[in-house]
Amino acid sequence: MDMSHLSLEDAADHLRKKTFSAVELTRFFLERIARENPRLNAYITVDEAGALAAAQEADLRLARGDATPLTGLPLAVKDLFCTQGLRTTCASRMLQRFCPPYESTVTRRLKEAGAVLLGKTNMDEFAMGSSNETSFFGPVHNPWDLTRTPGGSSGGSATAVAAGLCLAAIGTDTGGSIRQPAALTGITGLKPTYGRVSRYGMIAFASSLDQAGPMTRSVADAALLLQAMAGHDPLDATSIDTPVPAYRERLRPIPQGLQIGIPGEYFAEGLTDPVRRAVEKAMGVFQELGARCIPLSLPCTDYAIPTYYVIAPAEASSNLARYDGVRFGHRCDDPKDLREMYARSRSEGFGAEVKRRIMLGTYVLSSGYYDAYYRKAQKVRRLIADDFHAAFSQVDLLLTPTTPETAFQLGEKNSDPVQMYLSDIFTINVNLAGLPAISLPCGFDEQTLPIGMQLIAPPLREESLLATAHAFQQATDWHLRRPS
Amino acid sequence: MSIDAKTVQHVATLARLQVSAEEVASYGEQLSRILTLMESLNRLPTDAVSPMSHAVNMELPEREDTVCNSNQRESLLACAADTEQGHFRVPKIIE
Repeated sequence: MDMSHLSLEDAADHLRKKTFSAVELTRFFLERIARENPRLNAYITVDEAGALAAAQEADLRLARGDATPLTGLPLAVKDLFCTQGLRTTCASRMLQRFCPPYESTVTRRLKEAGAVLLGKTNMDEFAMGSSNETSFFGPVHNPWDLTRTPGGSSGGSATAVAAGLCLAAIGTDTGGSIRQPAALTGITGLKPTYGRVSRYGMIAFASSLDQAGPMTRSVADAALLLQAMAGHDPLDATSIDTPVPAYRERLRPIPQGLQIGIPGEYFAEGLTDPVRRAVEKAMGVFQELGARCIPLSLPCTDYAIPTYYVIAPAEASSNLARYDGVRFGHRCDDPKDLREMYARSRSEGFGAEVKRRIMLGTYVLSSGYYDAYYRKAQKVRRLIADDFHAAFSQVDLLLTPTTPETAFQLGEKNSDPVQMYLSDIFTINVNLAGLPAISLPCGFDEQTLPIGMQLIAPPLREESLLATAHAFQQATDWHLRRPS
Repeated sequence: MSIDAKTVQHVATLARLQVSAEEVASYGEQLSRILTLMESLNRLPTDAVSPMSHAVNMELPEREDTVCNSNQRESLLACAADTEQGHFRVPKIIE
């Protein structure tokens, strides 16, 4: 039986009916990873022993009849979630040998829900990148075309899900790092409301923007995983303390007359024709399902990239100050004094893009430039958030393309950081405003590369986002296509 | 906005990074390009706007000030490159 592309619910059903055991399912994926990972490079670390032990535990629970929704389901986790005793690298030389002494809340909750963690997935170094090419462990390849990027920064998780090297995966999204790779690999990716999922034990990039979420082959799977991940955590001071709805049970048909806003700025110059056509066709599907599509404007859209590239590097330069070679992480050989130890350890441990962002962040926070750049960006951030609030007084959800184009060639945008930054143009605004958004497949271009669209909701309306996206997947089969 | 070599070197020092002569040139050029992109923000009037430092408006939670972590000295020291007698060891600071 080909178990590689089962839905989470079907796999759980098979486990309960004993079509196969959790150990058999886990072995199936471990063998598949051993065979396929050398050409895809989706995993940095595969935890064979840990996965098999968890699967044995799951089989005992199944035999006892006290299985939870994720019992025995093999998942992959981006390599920036601290996993106690299992190497966590953030795809950096800096943390190449870092074994966390504690567990992140997300991975702890998934394990408590019974999930089997197969391993840690590849990513852009410290989640800084949009193509997975900044990883110290080499780029991830897109299973739809191995010469192309799967996107980033959660590219390893995206490829692992698309290629069937796990049932589902977890990523993180600071400026689009779940949604953009989901779009480029033809899978479903959800960035929850800022604060919905605990950031405890997630290696920090930009603390006011980072959020973890599921990367799956369907909306139903995303709802199941979010259920396990979401909820208040006293260990994260920014975690929101409101009850978590029953996402899976509430995947109901969309209400007649649901109002979906179509922001004109996302369909302007720069959007490629195949993506435009696919998203316009999706609008037709939503209309057939009873929704109304309403054109509107988000006037500050074009300011999101410059705003983000002030705020995110500023926060990153502060967060990454902790890598000093003293308590953990890389330390250079034979430093002659403390200053040299700091500077050489950091310069050897960080890659070029991470250093570029640290420099940028240090510059915009430095004396004399703080008001001109950082404070200015914080003010524009409010204007961007206000745009969304105004839009949500008129409509229930927003629909946009996830990316301007389909997967680009590895190496294509490497030499020009600004070009690379622009590939997140449709996703970054959502992080600045702290909103939930989902990317789901809505077509293919003429080279059979997947196209993704994005639905955006008001804060904490994941329920409405998931139900609408699920209704689309019930009416279409784009999400069921698989790379050959 | 153009960033000269002296500024790149100054920022690198602040960030505790060592940069080669080639890196000074390439960072100078790239940072200049990125900062030029950022200058588009000046087209927006923002005098009356209050800065937004966080995505969610919330009060910082408080908790009882009680000891909740057990002694983790060994596991924390195990992450370090160099330790001695229960301490992190670094190069000599005082001559």
